[in-house]
Amino acid sequence: MLKFIATRIALLIPTFLGVTLLAFFLIRLVPGDPIEVRLGERGIDPARLEEMRAQLGLNKPLLEQYADYLGGVLTGDLGRSLITQTPVLHEFAELFPATIELSLCAILFALIIGLPAGVLAAVKRGGPLDHGVMAASLTGYSMPIFWWGLLLILFFSVILGWTPVSGRLSAAYYVEPVTGFLLIDSWMSEEEGAFMDALHHLVLPSIVLGTIPLAVIARMTRSSMLEVLGEDYIRTARAKGLGLFRIVGLHALRNAMIPVVTVIGLQVGTLLAGAILTETIFAWPGIGKWLIESINRRDYPALQGGVLLVACVVMLVNLAVDLIYGLLNPRIRHAK
Amino acid sequence: MAGPAWAAPKTLVYCAEGSPENFNAALNTSGTTFDATRPLFDGLVEFERGTTKIVPALAERWEISPDGLTYTFHLRRGVKWQSFKDYKPTRDFNADDVLFSLNRQWKADHPYHSISGGGYAFFKSMGLGDLLKVVEKLDDHTVRITLSRPEAPFLADLAMDFANITSAEYADFLMKKGTPERYDQDPVGTGPFRFVVYQKDAQVRYRRFEEHWGGKTPLDNLVFAITPDAAVRYAKLKAGECHLIPYPNPPDLPAIARDPTLTLMEMEGLNVGYLAFQTQKKPFDDKRVRQAINMAVDRKSILDQVFQGSGKSAKNPIPPGVFGYLADNKDYPYDPAKAKALLAEAGYPNGFETDLYAMPVQRPYNPNARRMAEIIQADLAKIGVKVKIVSFEWGEYRKRIQDGDHQMALYGWTGDNGDPDNFMYNLLGCAAAKTSGSNIAKWCHLPYEDLVLKAKQVPDQAARAKLYEQAQRIFKEEAPWVTIAHAVVFEPVSKKVIGYKQSPFNRHQFDGVDLAE
Repeated sequence: MLKFIATRIALLIPTFLGVTLLAFFLIRLVPGDPIEVRLGERGIDPARLEEMRAQLGLNKPLLEQYADYLGGVLTGDLGRSLITQTPVLHEFAELFPATIELSLCAILFALIIGLPAGVLAAVKRGGPLDHGVMAASLTGYSMPIFWWGLLLILFFSVILGWTPVSGRLSAAYYVEPVTGFLLIDSWMSEEEGAFMDALHHLVLPSIVLGTIPLAVIARMTRSSMLEVLGEDYIRTARAKGLGLFRIVGLHALRNAMIPVVTVIGLQVGTLLAGAILTETIFAWPGIGKWLIESINRRDYPALQGGVLLVACVVMLVNLAVDLIYGLLNPRIRHAK
Repeated sequence: MAGPAWAAPKTLVYCAEGSPENFNAALNTSGTTFDATRPLFDGLVEFERGTTKIVPALAERWEISPDGLTYTFHLRRGVKWQSFKDYKPTRDFNADDVLFSLNRQWKADHPYHSISGGGYAFFKSMGLGDLLKVVEKLDDHTVRITLSRPEAPFLADLAMDFANITSAEYADFLMKKGTPERYDQDPVGTGPFRFVVYQKDAQVRYRRFEEHWGGKTPLDNLVFAITPDAAVRYAKLKAGECHLIPYPNPPDLPAIARDPTLTLMEMEGLNVGYLAFQTQKKPFDDKRVRQAINMAVDRKSILDQVFQGSGKSAKNPIPPGVFGYLADNKDYPYDPAKAKALLAEAGYPNGFETDLYAMPVQRPYNPNARRMAEIIQADLAKIGVKVKIVSFEWGEYRKRIQDGDHQMALYGWTGDNGDPDNFMYNLLGCAAAKTSGSNIAKWCHLPYEDLVLKAKQVPDQAARAKLYEQAQRIFKEEAPWVTIAHAVVFEPVSKKVIGYKQSPFNRHQFDGVDLAE
């Protein structure tokens, strides 16, 4: 087992280096540097432009810049944002809780709806319920997040007035960030009503972000359930005369869950990618929105740091899933 | 006067389109950041709210020497600085603060020059480093600025946000604490509101500064709720989650206008959208060719199809609100037959091939450059000119046309300070015609240049206006551009908002604004 863990961790190193390379060079392939972006239609004397470039260290050869950057990363220094001059790590730490909070709520939403829907579809295979669930999940999976978000805002926030349009908290409240998780912070704060307000703000973005994972979980649960329901031991259970509820709930579901758990783990990447769009629509102050803004402003250090940190989170979660899976299933950890 | 003690605090929510980069306008160029710093700071002079008129602010009055080289500012007394967290000011605003604010941007050896990356894009791109000769304190309440050459728009430059006055005492305080970078993050100003908190990418909160020299502003609190998507901003406005939104989506305008709870404010913007010829390249070095294209482009159909009611036809490089605007300048009529004859006279009876650069993004002065280019392409085909439409990523686009790579390019400008110089010299002067300059027609015409240079040196506004009028006649005759449109700027505002004024600079400013109960 130890060897298995060591191999998995060793594999992270090239991935990590690859991500630093990609993050560094991809943004530099995008034309326009941070200074040109700032100048807009304004022209500038070439000498002044050079002076400003030198101030930001952008006049050095690319490889030297990369070496500086990598050196910083290895010592835990991701640099400062070119725009705000705040350390990148600090900005990330400030914004990441908002993304985690939203992602957790989204996955919770996906599970609460997706698991039962998948189980029901499998049990009622071929019936109208099954077709309904499959059609809905295919629609959900193909839904453009941007459009879906705007549609929900229009219906629930503007027409019905049930949910707030965007943001994490109404302007009437101010909650001092302690943990960065607004549900916790508002619960602990003196502001009456802030917690419910924060909860209300989470509803629509969680639905939007959770839609694709929901579709994936429902489909995965259904197919895995179907497989298990065809196994001999289920037939035996049926033959024993056990009720459907006991067969499905007790015997089938537990075994059907193994692949589903893996899929849930793999949804972390999807969630973080989806967060970029969801956060932009809902003006949700998380890392997704931050990355988009960093690209627009050509804020190299912020973007590099952000991509690297997000990649690390995804890698670590995948590692954890691998390890847990290996722990559960000896065939995996002994596989060559 | 504040309301009765039991009244709920008045909080205005403005759904801003983006996050501020930091809280010091000198470091930035984006309107978003300027909007976020404006509640906090004052300049020596400022633009009267809703106009381009320059009025006293931290300087009560000033004298300009007859040669236009020396500006003496008499500073307002008793102006209080705000406090923030552990910082409490011990003195009022004085001349040291003015020197600090200008020298920080100007002098490379200033202790704060390189703090926060030290970009100072405005100061540098406007060439103020070469314009300033001496900035000196005559006494605590008098500052004298000497220029290296007369520059009539200088006062208007000082009314811009980048010239805000920031505190020298606060700078010393932070330097002693070893945290100078906080200076641009935790702002301390003299403005009508003081800074409460910025939650990154979420909101900026301000509270009224009770000791503001201009008196108390009516709002208790001001919140910038950061909302990047225009459709979502509009939804928030409709749901009552904000009182005012900038940059609405053009297709939403009719619905906004019909909404009984909203007022759709509109104002002709301080901008111009144009087509520039690369006048140093053939065939556009010949003024007859440029005139011919001017006659071949049907601007009315551009206004109808591209602007759809949100633009007014342009004939001068400056918009009508700016002094010196030549209202009776004779424009080219739409006349393809005459255009064709002119082309033949210039030696192109069968037309020619050319490129037309169209920017890839929506700009305040051009809602859809691609569509505009297609209309122009069709118009020019009628006189035998084959146009190839070219586009690049926005940063690359600007670089290429500033370097003069194009033959024809669509471009535009939004004014900084309401001075005609900001358009006529900046966009058409010889200095800006050099590589990477903002004169993308690369047009350097000495009779015109003499007039706009002279207009820089004459302090009297009426005399300057005369010079600009003459320059506009030459501009039209020489035709380095096809002037297309001045775009109208729209702002949807809740009916609860009282006293809000639209700004020709597209600023969003909240001092003096109130909310109905």
